[in-house]
Amino acid sequence: MKTLRQRNTRDNLMVGLLYASTILVLTPLVIIIGYVIVNGISTISIEFFTQELGSPSRAMQGRPTGLVHTILGTLVVDSMALIMAAPLGLGAGIMLSEYPDHKLNPLLRVMNDTLNGMPAILKGLLAFALVVKPMGAFSGLAGGVALAFVMIPIIARATESALMTIPWSIREAGLAIGLPRWRVVLSTVMPAARTGLVTGFLIAFARAAGEAAPLMFTSFGNNYLPNRWTGMIFGPVDTLPQRLYSLAISPYKEWHAMGWAAGVVLLVFVLGLFFTGRVLTRQKFKV
Amino acid sequence: MQHEQTDTIVEKPVSIIYSWLGDRIFLTIVVALGLSIILLAGAMAWVLTEESGMALKEFGVIGFLTGTTWDPGVQFLFGALPFIAGTLITSVLALAIAFYPAVAVAIFIAEYAPRWLGHIIENLVHLIAAVPSVVIGIWGIFVFAPWMRDTFYYPIYEWAANHHPSMLPILGSPIGYGMATATIILALMIIPFTTALTRDAIRQVPKEQREAAWALGATKWEVIRMAVIPYSRGGIMAGAILSFGRAIGETMAVAMLIGNNNNLPFSVMGPAATMPSVIVNEFREAVGNLHLSSLMAIGLVLFVVSLIVNLVAAYVTRKLSITGGQSI
Amino acid sequence: MNNPGDENQGSTGISAIRMEARNLTVKYGTVTGVKNISMPVYNEKATALIGPSGCGKTTFLRALNRMHDLTRNAVISGEVLLDGNDIYHPKVNPVVIRRKIGMVFQKPTPFPTMSIFDNVVAGLKLVGIRDKNLLNEVCERALRQAALWDEVKDRLTSAGGSISGGQQQRLSIARALAIDPEVILMDEPTSSLDPRSSSKIEELIHELKEKYAIVIVTHNMQQAARVSDHTAFFYLGELIEFGPTEQLFTNPAHQRTEEYLTGKFG
Repeated sequence: MKTLRQRNTRDNLMVGLLYASTILVLTPLVIIIGYVIVNGISTISIEFFTQELGSPSRAMQGRPTGLVHTILGTLVVDSMALIMAAPLGLGAGIMLSEYPDHKLNPLLRVMNDTLNGMPAILKGLLAFALVVKPMGAFSGLAGGVALAFVMIPIIARATESALMTIPWSIREAGLAIGLPRWRVVLSTVMPAARTGLVTGFLIAFARAAGEAAPLMFTSFGNNYLPNRWTGMIFGPVDTLPQRLYSLAISPYKEWHAMGWAAGVVLLVFVLGLFFTGRVLTRQKFKV
Repeated sequence: MQHEQTDTIVEKPVSIIYSWLGDRIFLTIVVALGLSIILLAGAMAWVLTEESGMALKEFGVIGFLTGTTWDPGVQFLFGALPFIAGTLITSVLALAIAFYPAVAVAIFIAEYAPRWLGHIIENLVHLIAAVPSVVIGIWGIFVFAPWMRDTFYYPIYEWAANHHPSMLPILGSPIGYGMATATIILALMIIPFTTALTRDAIRQVPKEQREAAWALGATKWEVIRMAVIPYSRGGIMAGAILSFGRAIGETMAVAMLIGNNNNLPFSVMGPAATMPSVIVNEFREAVGNLHLSSLMAIGLVLFVVSLIVNLVAAYVTRKLSITGGQSI
Repeated sequence: MNNPGDENQGSTGISAIRMEARNLTVKYGTVTGVKNISMPVYNEKATALIGPSGCGKTTFLRALNRMHDLTRNAVISGEVLLDGNDIYHPKVNPVVIRRKIGMVFQKPTPFPTMSIFDNVVAGLKLVGIRDKNLLNEVCERALRQAALWDEVKDRLTSAGGSISGGQQQRLSIARALAIDPEVILMDEPTSSLDPRSSSKIEELIHELKEKYAIVIVTHNMQQAARVSDHTAFFYLGELIEFGPTEQLFTNPAHQRTEEYLTGKFG
């Protein structure tokens, strides 16, 4: 027989365990972000945003060094990825949501979910085989393709989700005034869902922006800015996540410091995008 | 009146073509885009198989999977077993470490915390998943690993050296970069997935189930244990399997912390390797086509394992869930 | 009006009144659920609570076993006495109260992951009773009382959700009976069942009220007339009329009651 006191004690014990677990789980997060900010801020300077990395000796000798090429490279590669991924993601999402009876849909959903669950490094391998090998060189384009592979399933799911929340009455209204189906989708449904769609892009962009693995053997990395801007597309390009990795495992203390700084920038970039996405989602529900 | 009627009659044929053609073109474009995703998924399987061909032909599929020697330098022998073992060990242990805390946080958020606090905690847990792997990696290299070394590994190693020298090979090198450190970091990184899915599953438990437990004279925890958790077990299992899937594919933080030792046997604290970590570490400087093909073959193994885990997750969700399939 | 059991009430030593509400008011924030209800619940009798939707009958029922404790902004004032003791007294533990006052809900709610056997003895396992023989005994007794034993005795290990709706409801009743409560509260127990299952439950109530005090909320007036000894009519959160069933139905004292019974509203 269990007395009431025994049961109450066990109840209280459980609550204590739950509190403790929550603290246990959240503490590392706070510590990590704290360390990154504290260690990284000290290396952030004007030079960080205006200088190239150069060879190790440059940093070791104390000459100006920075990651301007990395930041620019990140923006270029990520933007290329979004431009490539958006049509495919949107198209698939529209297909799943607006043509729910299409016979390819079950297969599409399975394939999309499979792609979503695949480790990002495999997407890098795919881009390597499809772009780097034929081109014979590492390139920003290949990196963009690899990140596009990461973004596509996320955009597709978010698009389907966003479009499905638009009530059928909106489509009915469009059809009733004589609009053809394609106009109904493009001119009435999609604008109504624009917050959800943009949020989908943001989340996909944020996820891809933090990935290093797919870029390691596609855009590969570069210690300098390319000579011409086309070099960013057709030649090796530096990106924040990949550069962060290289700096961290390098044997040079000065580069370690730059790694922390790159970490801060990347963290602010990615978390900023995520927060914006969340704020947008909340506003959508308020409206 | 009549004037307008004839106008609309005249307009019709043109607008019919406009809408019919427009619809056909739109549908074609949309389906083409959707189709390319299907092709993409297929391309991954096909490309990985193609590229692995050389290595698999050289060593045979079974030979490759069970081979324990990975030597790109001298013997040009490539066996995947160390990495398969490394991936499985780290992922299973990471799940084991992460499971109860993750479920506990979900229960706390869903059942005990006031709404505003639950919201904050939930967002913080999501934040863990949002931090890029390389950022966790650099913190691991310069802060966590040295701390583990000084707080745990060295003391344990010294104690074993003095009292049980036979344990030393099992414990391995205490420098901090190895299996133990990588596994712990991996556990942290996969917590958000189990927590999110568990919390979703708990939310779906109908009010009547809880009330039936209350009406029997159950305490708050007893209601959770008797009515809530059993009902949500499908979602909880799905969360665990999804977390496992993530753990398998986690690349950067693991590569930065696991010490990169390609040879079995692995020890508890000592350096090891996983499938993603070896790909990242060796691909850029791969020596020769056989090396490259072998790395691709490891990618293929990773692909197959990932696929199986995803399928199992979907199956389990359907089987164990009481409300029918829940989308992950 | 004389019921067959009336002559025995004095000899069992249990007061004729098992529970009593005194000036009970339940508020959720600014909304008032029930206002100033005073009403007895007689032992070994069934009391029906009737009234149109939203009249507060379910709110009142749930106040009898402190189910409103689970609602965040519910405020209770007044008293509810069980055998003379206020169940809302600060020293009283609701967990203890709810064992003495069992509840059956509108939707049958067996625990789907548990077997039929485990469902029935769930309440016993809560207090740590593990003796296999005792559990088996109680399970059989409760299932017999709920008129379900013959139908499930060969499949006690099958899942709680694998039986029909009517059987699930009797299982829920068995589960409530297994902990040997003193009062049984029923919240529209037959409204989600087919007519045959409903009549089985009504038969059950006739048997159960020989041993327990029963309070049943129903929107089915005929059911109230068939099953109960006393009836309470609620309207807009107030208790309009309370009395012996036959009297209330054939000769209601209040106009509202009569209007409801004759179908003018609700």
